[in-house]
Amino acid sequence: MRVFNDDKWLNESLSFVREKRDIASKKLDNWEQLRELASNIKAHTITHLDNYLEEFEAKALANGIKVHWAVDAKEHNQIVESILKKHNAKKIVKSKSMLTEECELNPYLENRGYEVIDTDLGERIVQLAKQRPSHIVLPAIHLKKEQVATIFNEQNSDATYLTNVARAQLREHFESSDVAITGVNFAVASEGAFVVCTNEGNADLGTSLANVHIAVMGIEKIIPNMQDLGVFLTLLARSATGQDITTYSSIFKKPSKGKEIHLIIVDNGRSQMLGSEKFEGALKCIRCGACMNTCPVFRRVGGHEYNYVIPGPIGSNLGSSRNIEKYGKLAFASTLCGSCTAVCPVKINLHEQLVAYRGVYKLNVKESKDRYYKLTAKILAKPKIYRSLMKLAKYMPHWLYKRAWGKERVAPKLAKKSFKDYYESL
Amino acid sequence: MKRVALFIPCFVDTIYPRVGVATLKILQSQGFEVVYPKNQTCCGQPFFNSGFVKEAKDLAEKFYNDFKEYDYIVAPSASCISMVKLHYKDLLDSDKFSEISNKSFEICEFLHDIVKPESLNVSFNHTIALHQSCHGLRELELATPSELNLPYQNKIENLLKLIDGLEILPLSNAQECCGFGGTFSINESEVSKKMGYDKLANFKDSGAEYLVGYDNSCLMHLASLEPELKSLHVIEILAGVANESI
Repeated sequence: MRVFNDDKWLNESLSFVREKRDIASKKLDNWEQLRELASNIKAHTITHLDNYLEEFEAKALANGIKVHWAVDAKEHNQIVESILKKHNAKKIVKSKSMLTEECELNPYLENRGYEVIDTDLGERIVQLAKQRPSHIVLPAIHLKKEQVATIFNEQNSDATYLTNVARAQLREHFESSDVAITGVNFAVASEGAFVVCTNEGNADLGTSLANVHIAVMGIEKIIPNMQDLGVFLTLLARSATGQDITTYSSIFKKPSKGKEIHLIIVDNGRSQMLGSEKFEGALKCIRCGACMNTCPVFRRVGGHEYNYVIPGPIGSNLGSSRNIEKYGKLAFASTLCGSCTAVCPVKINLHEQLVAYRGVYKLNVKESKDRYYKLTAKILAKPKIYRSLMKLAKYMPHWLYKRAWGKERVAPKLAKKSFKDYYESL
Repeated sequence: MKRVALFIPCFVDTIYPRVGVATLKILQSQGFEVVYPKNQTCCGQPFFNSGFVKEAKDLAEKFYNDFKEYDYIVAPSASCISMVKLHYKDLLDSDKFSEISNKSFEICEFLHDIVKPESLNVSFNHTIALHQSCHGLRELELATPSELNLPYQNKIENLLKLIDGLEILPLSNAQECCGFGGTFSINESEVSKKMGYDKLANFKDSGAEYLVGYDNSCLMHLASLEPELKSLHVIEILAGVANESI
């Protein structure tokens, strides 16, 4: 990975969000109990997913929501397109959904002649810049306001001015769209209702104005009941941005008169994680992004250095579960400092999962350097051979050391006497 | 008398033997019979963390055999102890794991939780900044990680309070990773160095004379980027040998 070109600024911006999260979380005396509870609720839900999904579907259908099931990204996109065709829709406003990024819905629809407008401000910026989000909660965190002004073709780089420019343009799109697409933060099984959290109200405006609302969710978004929702809403915004709650936390239960709500429930590889003691914990994720804000690697490289759609510690795990050959390298892009695990509101053991994926990667991908590791391990298993080699190690030439540990570094000096030598001389 | 086995990690043995000596001396001064099992080599962490599970398993079994006969296993490296104490669960059967896990301690943890000395009769008239390395902090809980909403405690600071003349100066981002990360420093060299330089800059800003930690691996990484760095392992101060040559 490469260090971000203005890493100090990126680091400070993300650290500021982490600090806000710390302040918000420390205002709640029962924060650690809430994390434990949330983790347990998710663990329970994941192990009873079939029951909760069926309960949810039955209740949602009874509420008048049209429920669709998609086994993968392709089917998800086809279902969206079929709904658009049925309504003869051409223009779609979309609020933030990482699932649609995962399924590459925008290019799919654009290639078929549809106009898709991202309405979350950060998402709109990266859409106009023809980039992908660099963060799941703060999609344009890698861009400064001057760069945003350039993207908007504006001279004035004042943040409020630029926000008003985007707001005025988006308002026209909202008013002329046929369909609104949103993600889903939580789907409440006992109610057949789903919850969408935003700070900009863009999901609410889009779904209020358009006649058709298509909501898309991964199967892991399900939670059992409204009491559980309280737990997760308490944790989500505090972990994400340090807010007490998102500005808009809207519960969608049934369509208004004359309107339609479609809900697409997507697997796309998630069910493969079920039943895996080591890895299914990643399905607990509520996509708060706290692991990104705290990750010392993410803060220095930015989200675009990760080749999976979701960056940072959780993304490296999800990517590895999806395709170990393609994304498994990401599991190595961590110092294993464990800050992600400590900050996670649902207590996913993120850094331990990264280590476990390294093991899976090594079983699947052979590299030339493997033989050095294997040889070294063999030597370390034989104390006598190891000791004789260590006596020679002090003669290792500096260039060899530099090749192993990189330029700019000065080699540590081996001591004249090892500890063992000292101990035996006592 | 309880027998303590010294676990001196491979790089401490060859690069920082004085840290091993400090560990030995302080344990002896507290009245323990201290033994250095001579067949020990490496706990296997570099292999486990690089995905070589089979190789790590072999070294974990070896470690178990080398250390099983002792009452305590004590090492001056939080990272290596967290490997043994926590991550051997993936490498050893559950009986062997709980046996070895329950008796393994990082030296400061051992002093703080088991020995509980009331005084050490040591003075160190210098200012220090304390780098709180990740595995000791978040895995062994030597201090309260800033991520958690738990009452603040810091076992290292508690022990250093016993030292006369020593002053701990605040270090910005003291709990942030230094960027070493074992083989990370090779695989992601540029990012590793960047994190290291940031840590060094924070240390410089602290104004302290010494950067002090409980993991020589972090200090080795930082010293490779700044050869003039004055760094010490906590145990060198606690054992009163920081200014001595061995």
